[in-house]
Amino acid sequence: MKVLVGVKRVLDAYVKARVKPDGSGVVTDNVKMSMNPFDEIAVEQALRFKEAGQVEEIVAVSIGPAKSEETIRTALAMGADRGILVEADAEIEPLAVAKVFKALVEKEQPELVLLGKQAIDDDCNQTGQMLAALLGWAQGTFISKIELGDGNVTVTREVDGGLERAQIKTPAVVTVDLRLNEPRYASLPNIMKAKKKPVDKTTPAELGVDATPRITTLEVQEPPPRAAGVKVASVAELVDKLRNEARVIG
Amino acid sequence: MAAPQDSVDFARANQSHADIRDAVRDLCTRFPDSYWRESDRQREYPEAFVKALTDAGWLAALIPEQYGGSGLGITEASIILEEIQRAGGNGGACHAQMYTMGTVLRHGSAAQKAHYLPRIASGELRLQAFGVTEPGSGTDTTSLKTTAVRKGDRYVVNGQKVFTSRVQHSDLMLLLARTTPRDQVQKKSQGLSVFLVELGDAYDKGFSVTPIDTLMNHETNQVFFDEFEIPAASLIGEEGKGFRYILDGMNAERILIAAECIGDGYWFTERATRYAGERVIFDRPIGQNQGVQFPIARAYCNVRAADLMRYEAARLFDAGEACGEEANMAKMLAADASWEAANACVQTHGGYGFAREFDIERKFRETRLYQVAPVSTNLILSYIGEHVLGLPRSY
Ligand SMILES: Cc1cc2nc3c(=O)[nH]c(=O)nc-3n(C[C@H](O)[C@H](O)[C@H](O)COP(=O)(O)OP(=O)(O)OC[C@H]3O[C@@H](n4cnc5c(N)ncnc54)[C@H](O)[C@@H]3O)c2cc1C
Repeated sequence: MKVLVGVKRVLDAYVKARVKPDGSGVVTDNVKMSMNPFDEIAVEQALRFKEAGQVEEIVAVSIGPAKSEETIRTALAMGADRGILVEADAEIEPLAVAKVFKALVEKEQPELVLLGKQAIDDDCNQTGQMLAALLGWAQGTFISKIELGDGNVTVTREVDGGLERAQIKTPAVVTVDLRLNEPRYASLPNIMKAKKKPVDKTTPAELGVDATPRITTLEVQEPPPRAAGVKVASVAELVDKLRNEARVIG
Repeated sequence: MAAPQDSVDFARANQSHADIRDAVRDLCTRFPDSYWRESDRQREYPEAFVKALTDAGWLAALIPEQYGGSGLGITEASIILEEIQRAGGNGGACHAQMYTMGTVLRHGSAAQKAHYLPRIASGELRLQAFGVTEPGSGTDTTSLKTTAVRKGDRYVVNGQKVFTSRVQHSDLMLLLARTTPRDQVQKKSQGLSVFLVELGDAYDKGFSVTPIDTLMNHETNQVFFDEFEIPAASLIGEEGKGFRYILDGMNAERILIAAECIGDGYWFTERATRYAGERVIFDRPIGQNQGVQFPIARAYCNVRAADLMRYEAARLFDAGEACGEEANMAKMLAADASWEAANACVQTHGGYGFAREFDIERKFRETRLYQVAPVSTNLILSYIGEHVLGLPRSY
């Protein structure tokens, strides 16, 4: 089985995001960028399938600026087999990403597409669902457990109020949640090997996808600064403040 | 924060260096301050960390690919160790696994290399103990007293070493001993030999170890040899040339230790900067006072300057050029800079610099070592005085 895994280059989870002075977005120059943490989990899952002999090839796909190749290299250093970089300089929206994936799926013929449930930069949480719809494939979203069967996958989904288990037919699109696994760190030999693994480059246009944005960002604002805390003298005063000022308890 | 997110690794442009940094940082995030604090408190060997580092291949960076390592240069190896220190860890627990094998690689026989190097690369065997220093010789290495006397197909070793680090967490030890008595050689540096000693069953055969309790969590020992027999095949290279073999490995060691100090230096200046910006006293961050700010700024300047010398030394080393001068200077400048940064960091933290949970005092204790070991600052200055400046030998 072949698996396609999406790996997006995003602002590192531990970097404090700063809004550009003109309010057009978040500063990404000269700050640490990393693989979207949910995508790391997707890569890890694909690797576990491969180690279990259930998957033959893992193809890591990133859509974004040329530097996204670094993110693909990270996936290759974790153990993915090859990469595809779809270069797109402008902000690229979930629908365009889903269309690019669809084109790649038609070319690559994977049986499974593993994606993060969302990217931590724009928090859209749409790509997986849109892709499944465009392909007419089954989808399993927000999954915290996955088993590959014969012609199907069994997924455990994190839903409000509990866990839902479902069996879906392959080929399928699966989006992964935080608790699925703990991604491995890259080993030095794999980093060295990753340099020799192929990364194909293409563009949305070459894949016949119109990636022109449909949404215009009007303004990005910093969250309001946190007000200083107050010290309370007693539990009674604390309870009083929680009840009457913060109104968080009844 | 204006503190050094990225050092002067102008080679940062070099993607593979960036990959190494990122991957080592990633591994180190799984061993947070609390891990190191606890192993320090318990005086425990950081086994889980060393295992993770070994399994991910980092300690085999310098071993050639044909022997199962990654065949990287000293520049890359130095980046690995720098990142460990910079993440708040202590590479001293295992750094020697990276470079002690260099003596075997450069001077060992084909059979020794084929047998040991792949096992060292995989971590199956740890070669991270190095017995040179003795109670009676110290800095004056060539007057060491431990002897190894050839008897048929064996050598019989007698004597004592001190400050032999990590020997209890090693399967192999590199030993420097005198094989020809001092009065039968022309120069003190002759008649010394290097042995690769298997420690597996040594403890029953006249080899014994007494730990030395030190300032920091660092396993170091007194080692005794009492009619301890080793196979003649443990000899590395030619008999009598051991001192030269040891010297050959020293530049690598100095560059790597320099990098560790640089990692420490950045860690201290980052912590100091962060705290100085957050701690409010007299209604303003203490870092607004020049008296607090300047020592941190000065320490940062010195760390960066040392960092440049480290890259220069590593560049020469990797190009196969002479680098004794640069390696020594890098080691001294870096050890001085990390100590200055440590001191500024403690001062910035006031009383909290002494509180264990801030980790400053731990790193302060750990980084102090590098002005003494593996070579003391005075010895570097005498080297520069004599060999670089051409001044009379002072000792
Ligand atoms: C924690 C720790 C781990 C160590 N690990 C190892 C190890 O694994 N293997 C190993 O072989 N050794 C190890 N050492 C030993 C270390 O290399 C020595 O401590 C160091 O070389 C100094 O030797 P010494 O302690 O005998 O000091 P001495 O030689 O007694 O020197 C004491 C002081 O006098 C100064 N001095 C001496 N002679 C001169 C001179 N002519 N001019 C100016 N100053 C001079 C020195 O610079 C030093 O400051 C370790 C030491 C420590 C503390």
